[in-house]
Amino acid sequence: MSTNTAMIEKYRNSFLREVEANVEEGDWVKMCMQCGVCSGSCPLGKDWAHPPQEIFMMIRAGKREEVLTSDSMWMCTSCYNCIVRCPRELPITHIMHGLAHYAKRLGLAPKNQPTMKFAQLFWDNLAKKGRVNELKLGISLYFMNGFGEGIKTSLKMKDIGLGMLKAKRMSVAEAFGGHSVKDLTGFQKMLKKAQELEDTRLSQHG
Amino acid sequence: MAKYEYSFYPGCSSQKGASSSNYLTSVETMCDELDIQLNHIPDWNCCSASIGYAGGGELPRLTLSARNIALSEEHNPGQEIVATCAACWLATREASERLGEDDELMAEANTALAEAGLKLKNDTPIKHMAEVLVEEVGYDEIASKVKKPLEGIKIAGYVGCQTNRPFGIHGESYENPKYLDKLVETLGADSIPDYEKKVQCCGGALAFSEPDKSQEMIKGILEAAYDNGADMVVTPCPVCQMNVEVYQDQINAKYGTKFKMPVVYYSTLMSVAFGRSGKDAALDGQIIKAKKLEDIAG
Repeated sequence: MSTNTAMIEKYRNSFLREVEANVEEGDWVKMCMQCGVCSGSCPLGKDWAHPPQEIFMMIRAGKREEVLTSDSMWMCTSCYNCIVRCPRELPITHIMHGLAHYAKRLGLAPKNQPTMKFAQLFWDNLAKKGRVNELKLGISLYFMNGFGEGIKTSLKMKDIGLGMLKAKRMSVAEAFGGHSVKDLTGFQKMLKKAQELEDTRLSQHG
Repeated sequence: MAKYEYSFYPGCSSQKGASSSNYLTSVETMCDELDIQLNHIPDWNCCSASIGYAGGGELPRLTLSARNIALSEEHNPGQEIVATCAACWLATREASERLGEDDELMAEANTALAEAGLKLKNDTPIKHMAEVLVEEVGYDEIASKVKKPLEGIKIAGYVGCQTNRPFGIHGESYENPKYLDKLVETLGADSIPDYEKKVQCCGGALAFSEPDKSQEMIKGILEAAYDNGADMVVTPCPVCQMNVEVYQDQINAKYGTKFKMPVVYYSTLMSVAFGRSGKDAALDGQIIKAKKLEDIAG
């Protein structure tokens, strides 16, 4: 049984319960009073199929599939406008990140969502050496939708890259090894342990 | 001994050959003039910024910041942590607060840290450099160091998002923070207190994944700077700086605008006003040259 099916079984009657138990800061969702300040404050509000206020109500209405397959949460720019304006102090930014992460973990997030892909590239990049390698991150971003599009994007970004190189804010040396933490073994063991502990905790909830 | 001393978390983008290496250069110059000693956290790692959430769950993300705080507590004991990058500051302070509120997460983070031989006490305040300047050093002391006032330059103070929200600077409003304008005035330049895009989002990491949506916002930030007669934009955030500076040609091509607006760090302005060279102020790190600052730096 897939994790997704298991979750549907367990939380048959309450998507809200599922969110509270499995989504980062999810226990705040019930506190939303539907004022809509978050939706009105979001810089990309017009690009969300369902702005945060709607997402909160959809969770309470049990619209599980509509919420988790939506690309709305992936529109969050992490500007924190909604957090500081929410009259009930819901950590909305974190809830949106948590929902996006949960949807991705269950394999329900839209397949080619660009921010999801970029965010995963970012994580993989930093996990490898403990520090972000901007050059490799940039190249993997340009080529994330295949070789053809990668060449096209690279050409489009050529002038920006040259400008950055000239200002010494980009370095081709980063292609060979690049910056790293010194205690890479300890760093990776730590991250692996954190992942194991998180998986254990979530499987107990699930 | 230096007048001020901090445990310093410079962050990935500050490294040699990285996108805000110019920020670090000017911060070092500024701190040299203000007698602030920055003791780097040895072997610090990435904080995972605000875009790490897709791949990294809650505990792995918090553990990244926990490692940095633990390293600071071990090697720079008793020193407050200061970060110059908005995302570094935000992620570190957020992790510290979350771990402080949740004993279960804190215990798990320490179990993970033990794999690297580290332990988190989590009793270290985490500050942004802007807080240090405004709350610790103060405008008067900054003014006393000005050797070359930035006279005749009109500067739009673009605070952006994450330096301002959710923590911000004590006593400042989220909607209309004024410290950057006060700093601009302290350096002898003209501020634009009613610059309406001062806390507008630039798209952050979505400038990479959703370039059209982000560039539409960046266009607004630049347009308002021009409408207010700005000669340049100043910001405390590496992502704001890069996003607002480097996409201007693409925006011009798409919208038919003619933007060529320099975007500098507060530390660059201060280094120039303190009488340091263009190189020390990292003016050579500008992709769009800040000509008026070059003229003053000589």
